[in-house]
Amino acid sequence: MSTFEAAAGRGNLDRVEHDQESRHYRRTPEQAAAALLSKRIIAGYGFWIFLISDIIMFSAFFATYAVLVGATAGGPSGRELFNLHNVAIETAFLLLSSFTCGLASIGARMQRGSWFYGAMAATFILGAAFLSIEVHEFVGMVAQGAGPTRSAFLSAFFTLVGCHGLHVTAGLLWLLTMMAQVFAKGYRADVLRRILCFSLFWHTLDIIWVALFTVVYLMGAAQ
Amino acid sequence: MLGKLTWAAIPLDQPIPLFAAAVVGAVIIGVLGWITLKGWLPYLWQEWITSVDHKRIGIMYILLAMVMLLRGFSDAIMMRSQQALAFRSEGYLPPEHYDQVFSAHGTLMIFFVAMPFVIGLMNLVMPLQLGIRDVAFPTLNSVSFWLTATGALLVNVSLVVGEFARTGWLPFPPLSEITYSPGVGVDYYLWSLQISGVGTLLTGVNFVTTVLKLHAPGMTYTRMPIFCWTTLATNLLIVAAFPILTATLAMLLLDRYLGFHFFTNEAGGNMMMFMNLIWAWGHPEVYILILPAFGVFSEVISTFSGKPLFGYRSMVAATMTICLLAFMVWLHHFFTMGAGADVNAVFGIATMIIAVPTGVKVFNWLFTMYGGRIVYSTPILWSIGFMVTFVIGGMTGVLMAVPPADFVLHNSLFLVAHFHNVIIGGVLFGLFAGYTYWFPKAFGFRLHEGLGKASFWCWIIGFYVAFMPLYVLGLMGMTRRMQHYDVAAWRPWLLIAAGGAVIILAGIILQIAQLAVSIRRREELRDETGDPWNGRSLEWATPSPPPAFNFAVLPHVEGRDAYWAMKQRARQLGELSEEPGYTDIEMPRNSPTGFICAFFATFMGFALIWHIWWLVALAALGAYATFVVFAWRDRVEYIIPADVVARVDRANRTMRGDALVHMQAAQ
Repeated sequence: MSTFEAAAGRGNLDRVEHDQESRHYRRTPEQAAAALLSKRIIAGYGFWIFLISDIIMFSAFFATYAVLVGATAGGPSGRELFNLHNVAIETAFLLLSSFTCGLASIGARMQRGSWFYGAMAATFILGAAFLSIEVHEFVGMVAQGAGPTRSAFLSAFFTLVGCHGLHVTAGLLWLLTMMAQVFAKGYRADVLRRILCFSLFWHTLDIIWVALFTVVYLMGAAQ
Repeated sequence: MLGKLTWAAIPLDQPIPLFAAAVVGAVIIGVLGWITLKGWLPYLWQEWITSVDHKRIGIMYILLAMVMLLRGFSDAIMMRSQQALAFRSEGYLPPEHYDQVFSAHGTLMIFFVAMPFVIGLMNLVMPLQLGIRDVAFPTLNSVSFWLTATGALLVNVSLVVGEFARTGWLPFPPLSEITYSPGVGVDYYLWSLQISGVGTLLTGVNFVTTVLKLHAPGMTYTRMPIFCWTTLATNLLIVAAFPILTATLAMLLLDRYLGFHFFTNEAGGNMMMFMNLIWAWGHPEVYILILPAFGVFSEVISTFSGKPLFGYRSMVAATMTICLLAFMVWLHHFFTMGAGADVNAVFGIATMIIAVPTGVKVFNWLFTMYGGRIVYSTPILWSIGFMVTFVIGGMTGVLMAVPPADFVLHNSLFLVAHFHNVIIGGVLFGLFAGYTYWFPKAFGFRLHEGLGKASFWCWIIGFYVAFMPLYVLGLMGMTRRMQHYDVAAWRPWLLIAAGGAVIILAGIILQIAQLAVSIRRREELRDETGDPWNGRSLEWATPSPPPAFNFAVLPHVEGRDAYWAMKQRARQLGELSEEPGYTDIEMPRNSPTGFICAFFATFMGFALIWHIWWLVALAALGAYATFVVFAWRDRVEYIIPADVVARVDRANRTMRGDALVHMQAAQ
């Protein structure tokens, strides 16, 4: 919710930014209207466009996976490999981390340190837990001879899921950087813009995981 | 310690690449030495390398493209001369070297000539036409440029350290897999494109946001110049297509580095999936290149015909239709895959349909010229040359869109002639038209007309002499990429084609001469008013070259051809509009982020190619640290005081006032 409000430019902080912006444009009523497009909106909009491109990249990996899902080359199929129990826990961690990420954005908007740091730390722990389960799954599969070099199906599986995992890893690094930046610089307008972008990124990873969970694990186990 | 890198990577036994590298190295060291001796290094660093000004970045993009054009063209001359010589003989280029030459030629020309030239023009012009002060994300823009430069640098490093790909400009598996291409050539290709591809994608994000979100007051979508529309369409295509390229090349990298089986012959790999994925990017890429050229022609033809563009709305509709259809024709690049008659028919018909909006555009340009008082300047010569040439290239394309015909012509020189017909006759002519048209805006003086026209005639005649024989050769059955051949009937045509390449060379030499002569005679070619061609869109409302802030006061737009309307009003009233109230302007501060980030990306790419893993980690850390330092900045903007703004704008207004008086006295 907070994300949408922020993206629509309704947050309190936007007014502070408008003052900054209006120096750019302080002239006529029309030009004042142009200033309504604050930097926050432009940054959020641009980041949405970037996320679309990221989703398109994932769609290429999804398409590849769909083509190669049957190409097991005599090796194990998803049905033999996937443990839905673990994946359910993984999913719960990630969805919950999206919730705590939302709390962190509210905390940042209200400039409440305890909320912000607490919720970001919770997001980090949930994300790291998600990753460790994924790494555990990968290591187990490689140990039983079902690594990515075994078959085209497994190449596609490791790439698709691993690409999401790499995004989560990058997200965790970004999360820590944002915590450090708030600590060092406070709730500055540019820092808040980055927090907005980070939360958009984190929620997108959630959306991709929902697709991944369905297409890879649910459909794979049902085969 | 150094991975696969040993002294054996330096091709000491091959004189041609070593000589070429020595020349390039000497030129670079010479230029750097000259700059250092003259004491220009601080200026270069402060005003250009760290600049986040869209105009400066645009100029650097175009400079990169032009330097790479020379490199790509020398490859072309080598191929033409090899084929002219290699009748029942080996010629002078051994096969493994010849294969690298044609691969490098295609890679350079598409990724490091056409792309940076197109992006450079969009950078230079689009914010000016929209009436704004910069793009949405200025520092990101600088990062994009320097990452593109990194890619170009890595391709050129392959000349002397290791080798380049021998797989063609698109590395088709299984040939490009580690089994059949064990060297570092394909890795050079893959990493330079991955790095420059990130730059291109960021440009796409940046420019889509700019066109959709930043406008001068009143600059609504249907009032934007067509070049802004084609910029939007191109960047939408970049955002939608380049991620597919990134994913595809990543899969090939995984195959090569970690033994995955995406495109291999064994373990269930599917090489035709590579064809589908790469062309799902590759066909939109064709339109990424041609659409901005269409935008340039729209501006040039309307300006030099002294008329508003005919059929503005149909032009916008045609542009956006092409943008959409670009994603629906990829399979026509491999009808021979064997997808079956129905699939081939669907894609064949889709390909013919995409010719319709292109036809609409050609008619719009013709009707714009009809009844106009056409000024035959260099830019419009390029435009007319384009219309004739591009229509021929388009028709041979539609011919190949017929699957049975394509089965005969696939991978023949007919295809090579076709795509050079549309890329030289379309993209390159458009870029040269834009270069001549906007040069005075960028630098404050015009290019020499006579040499420009001479160069145009060499290029267009050279093009026909070089490529029409290739159509004939294709119909005679000659396939592409042949290092030598035994068919006597082909020889005369190949000799003619080589002659054509020499005529094009004359065109390039004339272009270099044009630049040198124009710089020498810049005082007599000076553009005093900022509006040398009696232009119609807002870039001509700024002085040449424009100040850092572009517009002292954001212009009010009340219709299409905004600047033309302003001039008309001034003519009717006999005076300029009232002087506006000037205020301080905040502009983004320069930042070395892009350059430093590319510095680390260069080392990272090189280390990945040669498996120097510690350096990969170090460079990645460096790139991350660069962004953290950037994010930690406290002052992101600087202020240009109102009196400076007023001084610049008053000088501009004086020039325009004089021009107005002059014109009214002449009437």
